[in-house]
Amino acid sequence: MKKFVIIAIFNILLIKNSFALIEIDITRGNLDPLPIAISPLHVDIKSESYENIKIKNLGEDISKIIENNFRATGLFDPLKKEAFVQKPDIAHLKPRFEDWRLIKAQALVTGKILTVDGKLKVEFRLWDLAAAKEMTALAFTTTPSNWRRVAHIISDKIYERLTGEEGYFDTRIIYVAESGPKNQRIKKLAIMDQDGANTKYLTLGNELVLTPRFNPTNQMVTYMSYFRNMPRVYLLDIETGTQEVVGNFPGMTFAPRFSPDGKKIVMSFAKDGNSDIYTMDLDSRVVERITDHSSIDTSPSFSPDGKFIAFNSDRSGLQQIYVMRSDGSGVKRITFGNGIYGTPVWSPRGDLIAFTKMRKGRFYIGVMRIDGSGERLLTENYYQEAPSWSPNGRVLVFYRETKSGSKGEGFSAKLWSIDITGYNERRLKTESDASDPSWSSLLSK
Amino acid sequence: MMFNKNLKNILFVATAALILSACSTAKKSGNIDGDVYTGKETVKYLASGVPDRVFFATNKSSLTTASRATLRKQATYLRKNKNLSVTIEGHADERGTREYNLALGERRANAARDYLMTYGISGKRISVISYGKEKPVNPASTPLAWSQNRRSVTVKVN
Repeated sequence: MKKFVIIAIFNILLIKNSFALIEIDITRGNLDPLPIAISPLHVDIKSESYENIKIKNLGEDISKIIENNFRATGLFDPLKKEAFVQKPDIAHLKPRFEDWRLIKAQALVTGKILTVDGKLKVEFRLWDLAAAKEMTALAFTTTPSNWRRVAHIISDKIYERLTGEEGYFDTRIIYVAESGPKNQRIKKLAIMDQDGANTKYLTLGNELVLTPRFNPTNQMVTYMSYFRNMPRVYLLDIETGTQEVVGNFPGMTFAPRFSPDGKKIVMSFAKDGNSDIYTMDLDSRVVERITDHSSIDTSPSFSPDGKFIAFNSDRSGLQQIYVMRSDGSGVKRITFGNGIYGTPVWSPRGDLIAFTKMRKGRFYIGVMRIDGSGERLLTENYYQEAPSWSPNGRVLVFYRETKSGSKGEGFSAKLWSIDITGYNERRLKTESDASDPSWSSLLSK
Repeated sequence: MMFNKNLKNILFVATAALILSACSTAKKSGNIDGDVYTGKETVKYLASGVPDRVFFATNKSSLTTASRATLRKQATYLRKNKNLSVTIEGHADERGTREYNLALGERRANAARDYLMTYGISGKRISVISYGKEKPVNPASTPLAWSQNRRSVTVKVN
């Protein structure tokens, strides 16, 4: 009897809410993640396999990827499949909303997989359980080997529908894979899907490589390499594997980053003990000097409209963050807090700058407004730096190193991510130690 | 009362011993002046009596009196060996951002190069390269290791 009453009250509450479509406020830390049921996709085939991919298993596998993506956001609480109350095929046609509400789900994802002429057709639907409504339905046709990307694209569509913001699941992260003892590190460029799958190595480890960064408009990468013991900025096409030195500088070039339109590289050039900021236009090859100061000017990052560049400089003594117009005029210091500030990175939304702060032997990743006000430190540790934004400007990925013992033992470097709310800090799984992460744009955009 | 006085004395002695032992360990393991390394543990030699490296304070590239003395020895050695070219490798400790450390290493290597040039060594004989924090000589995470890693090293090329 008591049980019945509780259920009845629960239903009344749900009915009261049922007029508004579910929505998630992602501007604050979400301590109360939305319960979501992700049903395995129904597979309409018995035992076909394409290119060694068992289509039969894809329904389960795709739903697992979606589930992992959603759990990693910290905004959603994917429910255990054992509690699911309907078979995937029936739920996909039309769920019995009240049954799903009983397991406290507020949203439900269902789907179906077919094969058509050797291609994979994946359908999905997103249901608002409280309002008893379908929110989104889409279908994708692709080659079976693309099944992981389909799972990420579906995740993006659901995320967009529920949060009102662009997703970031169909993306990749390029980074430096590290191995070997601390004083003889071997470093290779590596790339992986945002969820850690499909790791590929782009260099062999014969020379030191550092700081890879994606072109926001395509799959080009710029990075620094000590090829032939000449530290220079390189441009790499990760589809074809072709690469070239950027510019013809008589000394070290480093700290490269693309302009938001992908047409320029901004970087530092060090000569006679002085590092200044330069740009090179990739079409015309015209090089422009942007700063001319006897201090170290480095770690430049364009604003998303291309009109400004943030960088760090020790012109006031220690490293601080400055902003200037992209022609180098109007230089303005924006950090005045206690500590040293470096690696400014402009948010793709344009409203925030992420940075590394060093203070009293501790390292922080933080965000501030573009005029330096409203500083918020998101995470503190022994050593961490080099934040890179998710394409929707909601998550930062960075690397963290541990303290090592007298022979360098106990040293590790790993990738971590954190929401700009300061919540949901988590380690990204990588096959080896890793540093210098850079997040790509959405691949399907 | 008597007991109290004794206790005070014992405490005083104990504290004094602590201070003394702290001093002696700092001196022994230290070899650090300010935070510039002054020891010889990691130093190699271009020739007898010619140390290959000089050390720097945190975030600094200025040469200490001891560093200038070392570089003058290098200059004398290079003047005697006219056909010799060198590369000066600039390094930083692990407690800074990677990109800034690359610039800092370059600035340190050039500070050493400039000094050699004021003692008559042609710039054409001296190339520089910065490794930032990428090649620590001591992999420990201690102030001593960091001081040994903040260095510029003169390496013979031919």
